[in-house]
Amino acid sequence: MNIFERMMSLDRRWVFLFVALVCVATYIVPFEIPVRVDDEVRSIFEFIDTLRPGQIVFVAIDYDPNALAELHPMTYAIMEHCFRKNLKVIVTALSQNGPGMAEQAIRDIADSVRLDREYGGVKYTGREIVRGEDYTFLGYKPYYALVILGMGQDFRIPFPTDYYGVTLDSIPMMRGVHNYAQVAVVVDLSAGNITDAWIAYGQGRFGFPLALGLTGVMGADYYPYLNSGQVFGIMAGLYGAAQYEQLADNPGRAKDGMRVQVYAHLVIILFIIMGNVGYFMSRRKRAGAAR
Amino acid sequence: MSSSRLSCKRTKRGCPTSPLFGQVLAPASSRRCDLTARELPRNAKTCRTIVGRVPREAQRNKKPDIRLDIRLQDFQARLKTYTRHRITIRSLTALLLLLTALSGSQAQDNADSVLTSDLETSLAPAALPPAPVTELKAFDSKNDHGHSVTLNWRLSPDDGAGKNIVFAYEVYRWVPFFMDSLKSVREKLSQTESAIAELEVFEPPAKHLLNMHREGKPGKGFADSVKFYEDTLAASKRLLPEYRQQVDRLRDERDEGIDRIPSAHTSYPSEGEWRKVGTVVAGESRFENVGVKDKESADYLADNTPYYYRVDAVTVNPAVRSQSDVVGPVRSSGQWFNTGRVPVFVAVMVFGFLTVYFITRAKRGIDLYVRPLAGIDAVDDAIGRATEMGKPILYVLGLGTAADIATIASFTILGRVARRVAEYQTQLIVPCYDPIVMTVAQETVKAGFSDAGRPEAYNEDIVYFVTQSQFAYVAAVNGVMLRQLPATNVYMGRFYAESLILAETGALAGSIQIAGTDEIAQIPFFIVACDFTLIGEELYAASAYLGREPLLLGSLKAQDYAKAAVIALATAGIVAANLDWTWFTTLFRVSR
Amino acid sequence: MRRQIPLALVMIFGIFMIFQYFVPHESSEWVYEFLLDWIYIIGIFALALGIWSLIRVSVEKIHSRKSGWGYPIITLAGLFLMILFGFIGRRDGVWGLYFMTAEGLSNPMFRHFFDYILIPIQSTMFALLAFFIASAAYRAFRARNILASLLLIAALIVMLRFNPYMGPIGPYVADTASWLLNVPNLAAKRAIIIGIGLGIVATALKVILGIERGYMGKG
Repeated sequence: MNIFERMMSLDRRWVFLFVALVCVATYIVPFEIPVRVDDEVRSIFEFIDTLRPGQIVFVAIDYDPNALAELHPMTYAIMEHCFRKNLKVIVTALSQNGPGMAEQAIRDIADSVRLDREYGGVKYTGREIVRGEDYTFLGYKPYYALVILGMGQDFRIPFPTDYYGVTLDSIPMMRGVHNYAQVAVVVDLSAGNITDAWIAYGQGRFGFPLALGLTGVMGADYYPYLNSGQVFGIMAGLYGAAQYEQLADNPGRAKDGMRVQVYAHLVIILFIIMGNVGYFMSRRKRAGAAR
Repeated sequence: MSSSRLSCKRTKRGCPTSPLFGQVLAPASSRRCDLTARELPRNAKTCRTIVGRVPREAQRNKKPDIRLDIRLQDFQARLKTYTRHRITIRSLTALLLLLTALSGSQAQDNADSVLTSDLETSLAPAALPPAPVTELKAFDSKNDHGHSVTLNWRLSPDDGAGKNIVFAYEVYRWVPFFMDSLKSVREKLSQTESAIAELEVFEPPAKHLLNMHREGKPGKGFADSVKFYEDTLAASKRLLPEYRQQVDRLRDERDEGIDRIPSAHTSYPSEGEWRKVGTVVAGESRFENVGVKDKESADYLADNTPYYYRVDAVTVNPAVRSQSDVVGPVRSSGQWFNTGRVPVFVAVMVFGFLTVYFITRAKRGIDLYVRPLAGIDAVDDAIGRATEMGKPILYVLGLGTAADIATIASFTILGRVARRVAEYQTQLIVPCYDPIVMTVAQETVKAGFSDAGRPEAYNEDIVYFVTQSQFAYVAAVNGVMLRQLPATNVYMGRFYAESLILAETGALAGSIQIAGTDEIAQIPFFIVACDFTLIGEELYAASAYLGREPLLLGSLKAQDYAKAAVIALATAGIVAANLDWTWFTTLFRVSR
Repeated sequence: MRRQIPLALVMIFGIFMIFQYFVPHESSEWVYEFLLDWIYIIGIFALALGIWSLIRVSVEKIHSRKSGWGYPIITLAGLFLMILFGFIGRRDGVWGLYFMTAEGLSNPMFRHFFDYILIPIQSTMFALLAFFIASAAYRAFRARNILASLLLIAALIVMLRFNPYMGPIGPYVADTASWLLNVPNLAAKRAIIIGIGLGIVATALKVILGIERGYMGKG
């Protein structure tokens, strides 16, 4: 087997090894990847940024731990932005393992919000995030389409109590909050078909402003909804999350992850080029031999 | 100013989120604040930038109206344009006067006085009411389940023009005082129900703790609260039956009240008052008063009830407004046919007719050609290969539910595979993600074994449930692939991100792989990693292809004709859109 | 009879669901919501069947000492431990069983199992995709003919769209990638979607009319 044939039929374990090495190296070595902000991410940031203190943002954490790398940074960036702006947040998790993810995110964000920080030249004093006053976590219910429809009538229909068993009527921030009409915006962070339900049964039926946070592979499928106005903003994949972090001047997991993603793409491109060079050279050689 | 309020940028024309945007002078010392329309009154004393009267309506209204807020953004955009034009005109005037001023200082004074008076006039509180809206019409909202009334009107002539610029339209409905008593019954009922729920939640742990205490095992810091628990439990024992009775009584009262809603509205115009039901920003001439159908909800809007409406055109100064004529009585009701969905109805009917027509033709024995499907042809070969190698066949039904058409199509192929497996006496493994799918798959495989004349070869372990967690399922299936090294892997159904992980692991294990899915995003992954792939609808066609039954083939023919119709209509739509034939595109519009 | 009743039920409810779409009236909605409630009920019963199946298959493997019989032990341990931890909690310093309350859900073991076992394992499974995509792309993207070359070029452009090292051609690459995704890619997807849509309607009709019976265990 000559070198070109080797280039063409490299054992996949070599590919795995190179990808792993590059991922680890770029994660360890700190450097910044410049991020260009797209309009569809900017519109989400600006919408939330111009809300008044006390207004409610509905964050649907509809993903499982497998999509954590791409979607968790969005949850962190958006929710921290909301809490820093004194907005109230209603959280649901309509995927099975979502509640644990949501709880983890809330705990971490609460820790972060306790600190005094400066974003975009504005100083924010740290404060305590109080359950029931700053946020309500409604939890998980199966059959997401029915839950989304039910919440359109009253959050109390699918969720008579919050995740911790407290009746919604006795939660201070839920007084007078019945359905999407009292919510300024719904942000759905999803890695699956739940997004379709939010568009069709949620936005389609109740007409609230809807923004999406999606995995990279889903992004392209949902751009038509952006053009049709059913969705006013989309964050797709780690790159979308990194853009939000950049806008919020709160670099975090997504910006770190961008280093890995960019270089992993480069390695894949390198392997593709290598495979093609091997393919062409060995074909030419075969053609030469045949002549 | 606290740090939390440092949020939005203030421009020279004031806070962009305020309806007074453009009417506010230069910013105060702080360049940033988040002053908004509804916060104006509370901040009015501290903010030196506000000119003119603070709206009284805003003072009263402390609850944020979020819907209004979203609409406000449109309004602000229009106000910005308006202000920009006004400034341009003012600048031109100033320029002219400045040119004149070159000839003498008197002219400069004139320019200043003109500019100042213009500014003062524009910012002075409005004195005259704007022209009211006209041609107000109210009617039952179309194509809904009832509980909704739609209003439309002709805009006030002062909408977006004149000095008394109309800022918004407020919609009022006449509400009998009886509704207040019904509301208080509802509130009492809700409070009592909450109290019962809280007592019921409290009781078991409190009893448990008291028992622990009596057994001599006091919890941390518990001794101090023994009396509290005892008192509350005693009160709970006394109050719960009382509360439950009260709830029953209040429910009866509420139900009676709900029945009386229509008759209470007949007393118009006495024993009631006008109440605001909504606001729309200037420029909009339509409002839908949507209630809910749930009688227990406070937002319930009864059907077949005579409602009366009026619309007020309001200015920035809420005291300066004008009322429209009253319209009514109007009754809401549900419809039995959604006329907005006629295009879908026609399409369903036409397609249904085509399907039945071709099935009937096929029954008569007319041969219908179906192009070869390599993926399905490969199934038999793959089963043969597995038999020769003495290795099992792995069949994955995907992550869909039993209601997904892809899964239903997959059951058909599974039946065929099971029959062949039983004939060749090969081993079959079917790990399932959904328990309902598992139940159906068990029946399918069982039937396949029976059809092959080997029912005894079927055992319950062929089809089993793994988990409903996506990647835990993938891990389990990958484990099967790497441990048992199946000769053939068949993936048919709905797949998501796990498709490539499954297919690559299968390739690593050296299995022949056949896939079929209607999840578009996953098709490329299967094409790359599998030997044969059924793309989209090919999966649905598999059952017809396998069985060659005329009944099934007939529906395929209907699909082809429907596709031809879609292509023809799409082409016509492109032409119509380019020629501005809106009537044509309107024909296909479907409402919610 | 065992076949006729399910077929009749499918036909009745299938036809009802078609017409329900066109009837917005409250009574039609009521029946629709009533039927949807049944999905919950059936799902819960089926879940019990599923868990039973999992336990049975696992126990059988352990019992017969089949190859890899250690894995079912971990499966069963995970299943029961998570349920147990989710119901055990501490209130006022006293441990007890709490159903659907904050105490059970804040059980430290429940959280630790979730945070330090489930999340890393699932994330790892998903992360495998990066490696598999790399290896699949390496094997599949070969410029064998014109169409394959086009596919290869499109893939390279889309992968490079986030790359910050593209210099002055960066914006052009990003715009081309967006065009590729929004125009040819979307056009092809829509064509497939239309085909799938018609296929779904045709299959649904076949199921309603009792022609397609694969879901009943008969092909």
